[in-house]
Amino acid sequence: MSDDNAGTTGTTAGTTTGTTTGTATAPAGTTAGPRMLEVAGLSAWYGEARVLTDVSIDVAPGEVVTLVGRNGAGKTTLLRSVMGLHRQTEGTITLDGSDLAKRSADARARAGIGWVPDDRGIYSSLTVAENLLLPPVVHPDAWSLEKVYEFFPVLHERRDFPGTKLSGGEQQMLAMARVLRMGSRLLLLDEPSEGLAPVIVQRIGEIVREIKGQGVGVLLVEQNVKFASTVADRHYLLAQGKVVEHLGNEEFRAREGELLTYLGM
Amino acid sequence: MSEFIQYTLQGLAAGGFYALSALGLAVIFGVLGVVNFSHGACYMLGAVISAVLLGELHVGFWVALVVVPILMFGFGVLMERLLVRWLLALDPLYNFLLTFGLTLILVEAVKQRYGVSGLPYEVPAGLTGQVSIGSVNLSTYAIFACLFSVVVCVAVGLLLTKTRIGMIVRASTEAPERTRALGINVGRWVTPVFGFGIALAGLAGVLAAPTRAITAEMGSNFIIILFAVVVIGGLGSILGAVVAGFLVGLVEAYGIAYAPTYAQIVIFVLMALVVLVRPSGLFGREEVA
Ligand SMILES: Nc1ncnc2c1ncn2[C@@H]1O[C@H](COP(=O)(O)OP(=O)(O)O)[C@@H](O)[C@H]1O
Ligand SMILES: [Mg+2]
Repeated sequence: MSDDNAGTTGTTAGTTTGTTTGTATAPAGTTAGPRMLEVAGLSAWYGEARVLTDVSIDVAPGEVVTLVGRNGAGKTTLLRSVMGLHRQTEGTITLDGSDLAKRSADARARAGIGWVPDDRGIYSSLTVAENLLLPPVVHPDAWSLEKVYEFFPVLHERRDFPGTKLSGGEQQMLAMARVLRMGSRLLLLDEPSEGLAPVIVQRIGEIVREIKGQGVGVLLVEQNVKFASTVADRHYLLAQGKVVEHLGNEEFRAREGELLTYLGM
Repeated sequence: MSEFIQYTLQGLAAGGFYALSALGLAVIFGVLGVVNFSHGACYMLGAVISAVLLGELHVGFWVALVVVPILMFGFGVLMERLLVRWLLALDPLYNFLLTFGLTLILVEAVKQRYGVSGLPYEVPAGLTGQVSIGSVNLSTYAIFACLFSVVVCVAVGLLLTKTRIGMIVRASTEAPERTRALGINVGRWVTPVFGFGIALAGLAGVLAAPTRAITAEMGSNFIIILFAVVVIGGLGSILGAVVAGFLVGLVEAYGIAYAPTYAQIVIFVLMALVVLVRPSGLFGREEVA
């Protein structure tokens, strides 16, 4: 199945390159390997207001791909559309080659998409352990609770606390641990480093690299360009709802200064 | 002193009816986002069905205590499937109006069929009379009703905190969209939760039957006080619903005993005070979900 869409991948990569400014060549990662997530020609609206225009991106298993862009560029809307939470869209979204259009958010989650929202989405009425145990296990490679606790000792220590009694960084760990315990194969991380101390951002980087090594695909929304360049393979730049650049990590690093200016940071 | 203890017991017994019903209101509001105005009518139906079971079928209190909540669960399931469900996507006001309309229909229907004078119901054999503790005589039935309510509230509390279903209900109450995005089919729980909430109102009706005049209108005042309970406890808080239920029952009983003219007002003064000090209620979450 996944081999089939290797063919369509070429088209997507072509389209993406077409929409870039032309300074960037399609990074090598795009053409090789089967795609896990494929978003093709996605547009999204809130009522009359169009916030995404013809966005095409893809993520392969074990690949970390970022979406970089200013506030309001449409990054969160893109993740919510993939999750099935934002429905006012056109275009296609496929996971492992199968169209997600008719699937509800909960069905998409059970198909392997793990959402880590920008507010972390920790339940205050659930304990830390319950936050971890709430989602169903959807894949045989899902992390066991023991493994989660081994990797995140603080969650074990605080397992009986209400979820929101954790610090911001710990809540971020919990949100990520929750989808790993679920066994999600594609993680949608919405600005995981936002508002966190450098040492915790570093820790998040380690976690992302660890899960990448397990063949999990990661679509990472980031405004922290430095952090993005330490974990990702490829980057899409989103401006006013359009993909304006598609860069490999090498080039991304080389143009870091320019990109920071562009992002207004 | 002995009178004070009697009033306290009456207050706690009446509080049990509020607590059970408010608990039902809270789980329904939590999972569906619906403020069920017909909750008072469902309480009334619980009492009326008990009276009809006894009067026409000679089915007694103990059986009613089991059968009526089951019937009311079925009624709730029908109500959700046939009516409430179709308005869930719209502004919550639509379901509020729907359940308000349903209340009028239920009340009128009961009036048409059973009149306005009230149906008779007796305290079940075994729970009649009084228990003397020292110099204080307490109504056996009030003790029973009070204990029974507490036991049911604790059982529901355990169900919500110790089981997977409870965890899902709490999660969907707090953040329905996020809970769906974590792979849980929240919609599957909507109908049973609604039925469960209605069953609790019905159960309160059965318990109230031996102590109240059973009329079509008995739910009208009840629902108003129930809303005060919910505001005091904190909208969406399960624990708040229970604690405020008993609290309001007590305040009402003391009001009736010591300041009969102001008995009703006292509850709303309490509500106003609570809202002034803690706008989200005693146990309401401060951050808005
Ligand atoms: N619920 C909403 N209703 C209307 N407009 C919205 C809503 N959410 C986001 N938007 C608008 O859509 C655009 C993209 O927002 P968002 O996807 O949150 O961007 P980002 O995550 O990149 O900051 C912004 O202009 C924002 O104002
Ligand atoms: Mg955002």
